[in-house]
Amino acid sequence: MNANILVPLLAAAVQSGTPILYATLGEILTEKSGVLNLGVEGIMMVGALAGFLASMYTGNPVVGFIAGGIFGALIAGIHGLVCLVFQGNQVVSGLALTILGTNLANYLGTPHVGHSAPGFGVFPVPYLSGIPIVGPVFFKLDMLVYVSYAMPFAVWFFLQYTRWGLALRAVGENPEAGSAAGLNVATYRWAGILAGGFLVGLGGAYLSLAYTHLWTNGLSAGRGWIAVALVIFAFWKPGRAVLGAYLFGGVMAFQLRLQATGTNLPSSLLLMLPYGLTVLVLVLASWKVKGGDAPAVLGVNYEPPE
Amino acid sequence: MLAFKITRKQELSLRSSCFLLFAAIAVSLCMSAVLLLMHHKSPVDGIALLFEGAFGSLWALEESLIKAIPIFLCSLGVAMTFRLQIWNIGAEGQFALGAVGATWVALLFPDLPALVLLPFMLLVALTAGGIWGLVPAVLKIRLRANEIIVTLMLNYLGILFLEYLVYGPWKDPVSFGFPMTSQFSNSAIVGTIGGTRINWGIILCIVLGVTVWIVLRYSRLGYELKASGENVKAARYAGLPYDRLVIFVMVFSGALAGCAGFLEASANLNRLQPSVIAGYGYTAIVVAWLARLNPLYIGVASYLLAGLKVGVENMQLELQVPAAFGGILEGLILLTVLAGGFFTQYSISIRRKQ
Repeated sequence: MNANILVPLLAAAVQSGTPILYATLGEILTEKSGVLNLGVEGIMMVGALAGFLASMYTGNPVVGFIAGGIFGALIAGIHGLVCLVFQGNQVVSGLALTILGTNLANYLGTPHVGHSAPGFGVFPVPYLSGIPIVGPVFFKLDMLVYVSYAMPFAVWFFLQYTRWGLALRAVGENPEAGSAAGLNVATYRWAGILAGGFLVGLGGAYLSLAYTHLWTNGLSAGRGWIAVALVIFAFWKPGRAVLGAYLFGGVMAFQLRLQATGTNLPSSLLLMLPYGLTVLVLVLASWKVKGGDAPAVLGVNYEPPE
Repeated sequence: MLAFKITRKQELSLRSSCFLLFAAIAVSLCMSAVLLLMHHKSPVDGIALLFEGAFGSLWALEESLIKAIPIFLCSLGVAMTFRLQIWNIGAEGQFALGAVGATWVALLFPDLPALVLLPFMLLVALTAGGIWGLVPAVLKIRLRANEIIVTLMLNYLGILFLEYLVYGPWKDPVSFGFPMTSQFSNSAIVGTIGGTRINWGIILCIVLGVTVWIVLRYSRLGYELKASGENVKAARYAGLPYDRLVIFVMVFSGALAGCAGFLEASANLNRLQPSVIAGYGYTAIVVAWLARLNPLYIGVASYLLAGLKVGVENMQLELQVPAAFGGILEGLILLTVLAGGFFTQYSISIRRKQ
């Protein structure tokens, strides 16, 4: 394989991996606070539709992108309401959110199927895009990809080095101790859910505003679930999330290209690739590294003492 | 100042759970009425069409019962895994594999007599669905792979495999390009009971439902499932065969979903085509939770949600409401029941703060 094929493929891998990266980082934030939100797929779909509609009505894709995040946080708020206020089962609530979110987006999006909205086009970064290989792979893409480069650092720095990040991790590891130390467990878990939902919503908006530029029902096609799997693969570390997201982006880009070049392989079998890889990645994640464990009380509701 | 005092109730009453379910359905219908308005449809007409389509005529009642059969079978299995705190989200894929397995036999031996062919199809469907449940169970036990994600991915893989077959090697040469197999021979079709449109699968549902209820309530296995589900560590410590129980419920659950796939392909479609996948596996999860994992309530809840699906089909036809409306209702009902469960599990009293 020569560079003429490899470079566009790698660039496509980064682009296809970007929505998954946003979603994975969002779910890491949520899970670090001890809340398991399996609604990622539904939140992504809502973010994708909200971003699309906002951009279509305002004509401004930046407004669309931010609307995707805001609506992502709003719909994730349902999970907070059910689990934090009403002590509902986190697994079932997340599944219900996926059912609700995907169908809501498909329902409200049905009149707009095939319509397009102003989105983000290619914007080569001056100087950097001129570097051989690295330039075209990383710096000849759209603005939202460049924004996503900062995200893993931001999430990592927030969790590792800020007081709020420490508190958020504390309520995910030991809420009783956190509460005894004066932290309001519910507040930090709400923060984890809403901030996580915002990032997942941004990932969804990326799909409709930069990846396809038009609305189709079922746009996320399991990317939300892949993100949930990648959180485990990444051992809840933002840096490893980048690796996982681009790996999946690569597989998706590769499969699309193979279909486009007219291979003899049936498309149903090609479409299996990312889903099969997800299972494989989970199996690989069973070889744990030190410090690669889930937050200690992930998925367990916290009942404040009397 | 007023403050709320929240305490956990000791026991749950059946009456409050029933009330909760119907309250949840009412609240969800109200919320979805707003969605109808957003599509410029009259909510009153919409809800009327929903109920008329679901329960308004003998034809509708029959149609709901037909759809309740696969939902019930999937849900019965899924509920068993939920009891053990194993989250099998994979009924949809296990259903697909069951349909594929049964079709394989039906296409391979069309000339066998029904008395041989149908049990053979059932057996292969049970095995295929069971294997699709076994894989995540083994990965969970041996490699601690998260079963929620693995079963979900196996859904995508199972459905894509089914599509590959009906678009490719199994496509009927005279189907004018439609992705479907040729029609099953008469001996490969599960018949209907008397003059109704209900197939014999309903008998299977009743027998299975009662059996599972008895097993859960009175047998050692039922006790082990209950004990292990409540506290995995304690169950392991007490010497309960937790790993074997996980394998058992996952294979059982997969086999039941596979059986549902067999019935759908054989009795309702008489062939394999992509429309056999109708989301029953996901509805089954909603049903299991609404029914508090109790086999008898699962029967009732399956019928209710099947009615909802039939009603939404009626709305689609008469009001051109997108099909996703049904999914929104399911999601809303489940979320309201989850949130409302708080009021049946806790009692809230208002007191004056000193």
